[in-house]
Amino acid sequence: MTKRSLTFATACATAGLSLALLSPLTAHAAEQIMFVSQGGAYQKAQTIAILDPAAKKLGITINQDSVPDAWPIMRSQVATGKPTWDVVDVATNFCLRGGEQGILEKLDFSKIPNAAAMPAEYRSDYSIAYEFYSSVLGYSLKKFPDAATAPKTWADFWDVKKFPGRRALRNNPLATLEAALMADGVPADKLYPLDVDRAFKKLEEIKPHITVWWTSGAQSAQLLNDGEVDMVMAWNGRISALTKEGAKVAYTYNQGILQSTSLCVLKGAPNLSTAIKFLNEAVDPIHQANLPLHIDYGPANPKAYDTGVIPAARVGELPSAPNNAKVQALMSYAWWTSAAGEAAEKRWLSFSQK
Amino acid sequence: MTAIDPSVRYRRREQGLMFLLASPAVIVIVALVVIPVGWLMTQSFYDNGFTFEHYRRIFTEDVYWRSFTLTFRIALIVTVMTLILGYPVAYAAAHVKRPWDVLILSFVILPFWTSVLVRAYAWLVLLQRTGVTNQMLEGLGLITEPLALVHNELGTIIATVHILLPFMVLPLYSTMQKIPRELMLAGASLGGGPLHSFLRIFLPLSLPGVVAGLTLVFVLTLGFYITPELLGGGRTIMISMVVSRNVELYNEWGAASAVGVVLLVAVLAIFMAVGRIIPLDKMLGQK
Repeated sequence: MTKRSLTFATACATAGLSLALLSPLTAHAAEQIMFVSQGGAYQKAQTIAILDPAAKKLGITINQDSVPDAWPIMRSQVATGKPTWDVVDVATNFCLRGGEQGILEKLDFSKIPNAAAMPAEYRSDYSIAYEFYSSVLGYSLKKFPDAATAPKTWADFWDVKKFPGRRALRNNPLATLEAALMADGVPADKLYPLDVDRAFKKLEEIKPHITVWWTSGAQSAQLLNDGEVDMVMAWNGRISALTKEGAKVAYTYNQGILQSTSLCVLKGAPNLSTAIKFLNEAVDPIHQANLPLHIDYGPANPKAYDTGVIPAARVGELPSAPNNAKVQALMSYAWWTSAAGEAAEKRWLSFSQK
Repeated sequence: MTAIDPSVRYRRREQGLMFLLASPAVIVIVALVVIPVGWLMTQSFYDNGFTFEHYRRIFTEDVYWRSFTLTFRIALIVTVMTLILGYPVAYAAAHVKRPWDVLILSFVILPFWTSVLVRAYAWLVLLQRTGVTNQMLEGLGLITEPLALVHNELGTIIATVHILLPFMVLPLYSTMQKIPRELMLAGASLGGGPLHSFLRIFLPLSLPGVVAGLTLVFVLTLGFYITPELLGGGRTIMISMVVSRNVELYNEWGAASAVGVVLLVAVLAIFMAVGRIIPLDKMLGQK
């Protein structure tokens, strides 16, 4: 070997070595996404269950932001043409509306095999269901100590003679109109398209008996816990959190309205390809199965229930568990983002003012 | 070439310096107030092109009228209540000796430093069905059924009055403090009774403070959001809540900003009407 070729070989080896050393660093620096969710205990639980493991597996950095109300910001970010967010975890109706308004990236499910394997009603062209929660009928055990005589259906909730007591509903038509229709005898699987007139008529019936129309999840829990109301429509996680603290409250999944948040990607997201890789990991069955170990929300990927990660006793408590899902109504976000759904939302204010 | 009077030159230079001093504030106001408000106004006429649609909606759908009247009614009640409660407090603070004035004012100001959210929850604890007030009244045998003190307009008004009381007391106090005591003595020496002297001397001299307090409280109440949201029971829908709802419900900012513009115009109209009766410099708290 001549001196010259040796130098060349050394140079090659050095370059190769330094490239090999540098590449994970550069990949690390380049591959990152901005993930946005709703903050609080929910975002913390996700960080442990999904975000950190996904970042580790993909070798990327997941930066986080949180806002309680992402929708207006999603719109203004895309309007500027230079969004800083990549992936947003938001109530599914906003993902569908965003898709309609052209502010989201259309997803190529061939690159997201985990999502492609999920039931079709759990995804849209622009979004993938991420986790499930349920709007359930909760009640005070002080007022209704006996499970046999406790309210179990929305018809019971509406029956002020048989179930006297103070009541609270959410100050929002989503899930509330569904409950009203079920109270009026519409079966859980025949709700959509909602008969809006019929729902509002039924709501007028219960209106004088509603003490509070709550606006935040914390408020719904506080109302029940403080004895301000005896019956409430609330999110399952809020009531189960109370029971863990020893409060005398209970809830039933019967006729609950199963709702979801979804992941979607902003149009022109700065790290689109990394974001897509992340989406696949976010709905990975194992990561999804980890979520309910940290918070009372159910995985969106049904395969999570087959991983064996979730203890059997825990499965029974989760809103999306097969046995619980079967007694509930699955919210149709497609209906709520339709013209009829938006008209119903506009009608709500007029209903709540009078 | 004409020579410039040195004193004129000096004055001009001084004016220039003054303008320079004010320029950071002017820049901040233009950047953070004038431009956004201007943008908001143009947006209110926009929905895929020029439109009056957002305004048509406000003037034809009764939800807006109901929230506007509710908001102005609450603002009026809160303003009157803070005046009734605040005037004696400011009067006392302006007339007692140290350290009592400091004590009175610190009672007014301490809650002022607490977050509005925390105070809303505190009022919930005090006013709700199982709350302190109802339990006390029941314990005393004054009531048999808990009173509906919160989750309605009443609860909203009570908490708003409490939150805005400092905005009434502080301008009143600063005005009252400047009223020379000798004037009341002079009134007394001329044979005026305490009530007569108060009504003829003190009250008129304290009016600038009254007007400043009324203005502050009224305008601030119009924009209240958290308090009615938490204490209004979902029925007390003030105009700020309608603005926020419209951001979510409609796909154009204009739907929300038009509500803001109507509110702004309504407030300006009220002040112009009031300004006919009370001159503007008095409203701004100057004598």
